[in-house]
Amino acid sequence: MDLVEFQGKQLFRRNGVPVPAEGTACRSVDEVEAAARQYIEDDGATAVMVKAQVKTGGRGKAGGVKYAPSVDDAREHAANILGLDIKGHTVNVVYVEPASDIAEEYYLSVMHDRVNKGELIICSREGGVEIEEVNRTNPQAVVKRQVTPAERQDGLPREVALEVVTEANFPEDVREEAADLLVALFAAYLAEDATLTEINPLIKTDDGRVIALDAKVTLDGNAAFRHDGYAEWQIEGIDNDDPLEAEAKSKGIQYVKLDGDVGVLGNGAGLVMATLDVVAQNGGRAANFLDVGGGASADAMAESLGLVLSDPNVKSVFVNIFGGITRGEEVANGIVEATQRLGEFPQKLVVRLDGTNAEEGRRILEEADLPSVVSEPTMQDAAAAAVRLANEG
Amino acid sequence: MSIFIDENTKVVVQGIGSQGTFHAKRNQAYGTSIVAGTHPKKSGTTWEELDVPVFATVKEAVTEAGANTSMVMVPAPFTKDAILEAYEAGVQTIVAVTEGVPVHDMTEVYDTVVRRGGVRLIGPNCPGLISPGKSNVGIIPADITMPGKVGLVSRSGTLTYQIMHELAQAGIGISTCVGIGGDPVIGTQFLDVIQAFAQDPDTEAIAFVGEIGGSEEQKAGEWIRDNIPDTPVVGYIAGFEAPEGKQMGHAGAIVKEGGPGGESAAEKKEILEGYGISVAMNPSEAAQLMIERLDS
Repeated sequence: MDLVEFQGKQLFRRNGVPVPAEGTACRSVDEVEAAARQYIEDDGATAVMVKAQVKTGGRGKAGGVKYAPSVDDAREHAANILGLDIKGHTVNVVYVEPASDIAEEYYLSVMHDRVNKGELIICSREGGVEIEEVNRTNPQAVVKRQVTPAERQDGLPREVALEVVTEANFPEDVREEAADLLVALFAAYLAEDATLTEINPLIKTDDGRVIALDAKVTLDGNAAFRHDGYAEWQIEGIDNDDPLEAEAKSKGIQYVKLDGDVGVLGNGAGLVMATLDVVAQNGGRAANFLDVGGGASADAMAESLGLVLSDPNVKSVFVNIFGGITRGEEVANGIVEATQRLGEFPQKLVVRLDGTNAEEGRRILEEADLPSVVSEPTMQDAAAAAVRLANEG
Repeated sequence: MSIFIDENTKVVVQGIGSQGTFHAKRNQAYGTSIVAGTHPKKSGTTWEELDVPVFATVKEAVTEAGANTSMVMVPAPFTKDAILEAYEAGVQTIVAVTEGVPVHDMTEVYDTVVRRGGVRLIGPNCPGLISPGKSNVGIIPADITMPGKVGLVSRSGTLTYQIMHELAQAGIGISTCVGIGGDPVIGTQFLDVIQAFAQDPDTEAIAFVGEIGGSEEQKAGEWIRDNIPDTPVVGYIAGFEAPEGKQMGHAGAIVKEGGPGGESAAEKKEILEGYGISVAMNPSEAAQLMIERLDS
């Protein structure tokens, strides 16, 4: 799961990674005004930053990050930023923070590296811009260092951190501080089960301190069991999930909303992805990706079907099941139960069932004789039928 | 022959709950030699459904029952320790079916067990592997397979079944099918399996199922071009319709926004075809391409 900036900074703060003075997350222009008034008039800040809290990059370019030297400026910026659409994410929350004096901007991140199956530290003296761009135009300016297993176990040695920032050509007067920050950043990455902790820009302030002016953090959802479920990061209005995606998430169903009209429900991410492909190749468009998961029970099937059918764009549903750990009779019972639970619905369900206990499943469906269910023998036939029915509907 | 498992495979099951029991029983019915289960509190009893002993530790299963392979079916929070225990007990092949294992856990496991330990780890979050007629370790439904000469490797469980099923209907059998799993950190990589198939005299052709995200398929493709250009190799990359930046189920299945490129299905297809590999747009076409390549 991705955190927004102010959450990332909270996480940094509790792990000893230096960040600017704490700001306030606001949901209205009035809240922004109150926060700006406090920082500027009471605390003596020269200005505040008003920053959109969305889980996507490119906020600055989209007008989502503004400098406000007065309370009135903060109000005006807040009015423009709240409700703004940034790459499909609506801004519901802005973060107001006392502005920092920026002398220089750098880049620093720790991320999981799939290729080497470990962690990678990326560091550059050129920050505040897209690191991919720096990597293209001036690759020497980007230092990449793999973390060794011993460093992962015992913590990143300070001398290694110092080597990294020295190699990245950080000015001498900030190297010690930047090294300390990197050691803390790596410890935070491990302690919080992050897969990405990125600071862009990392800044040197006018008075020579090194702090994280931004924070991009991705946490590993699979590690939620050892972090109280990561419940502390779930904040209403931040995720901007599609309402159906949010409902699916709360029920533990893997669902991604797409823009077509053929509902898709299958078991196993690969098979569902392949189902989207086959629907498209038959001239249709999938309305969603839904993986009921391994060992789907009748109840999970019924829940999933209800979810897919509640999308008003769905004109037909392709249920594509290849049983492995999932058993055919459970799937069939789920379909029967769902049709009973949901009452009458106009869409047809095209069911293709193979694998573990598929014959038993097919028998159950046949005996139930449901008017809304069409059975097809192969994935290709079922895709063609689902597309045809969607076009007719 | 086959790769990784055969008629000498002796399996200990770690995690003898309802799922573990269901699938181990099915493996046993297929002819897989399941020699023990482990459970810290049920040591000394008999695993009724399979009629084999239950030990407290994997070590005992190795020394007393001769286990050389472990099937890990414990819940995700305990998977790291289970794999490490099997490794320390001297098990040669570890098949971790469990899904939802944290990345940091697997990073540590990969380093200890695979990189430094040199042990064969398959998974986690995988359907396991089957050598038709010899052994089945994991959750692959055996009744859709038959022995033959195509080696199959896949990142996706159900999609593997789909292709195997379509090949079987065309009368094409399998030497070994390995489901390596779709997570960012897994023990055995695409390329490892393809290299093992290249060494296996009974594997004459290779089919693989890839996915969006990562670069394992490209790496394997390069090796195929350089080392086994005459072997028929057919692939399918799932996710032509997957939108950028959205995770499609598998933790690893995501085309990154602003990523390095080559992670989408279309890009992977193009790269692999440049290496002389036939890449299909869907599972049926993959089976069809394999039939054509074997006939020619």
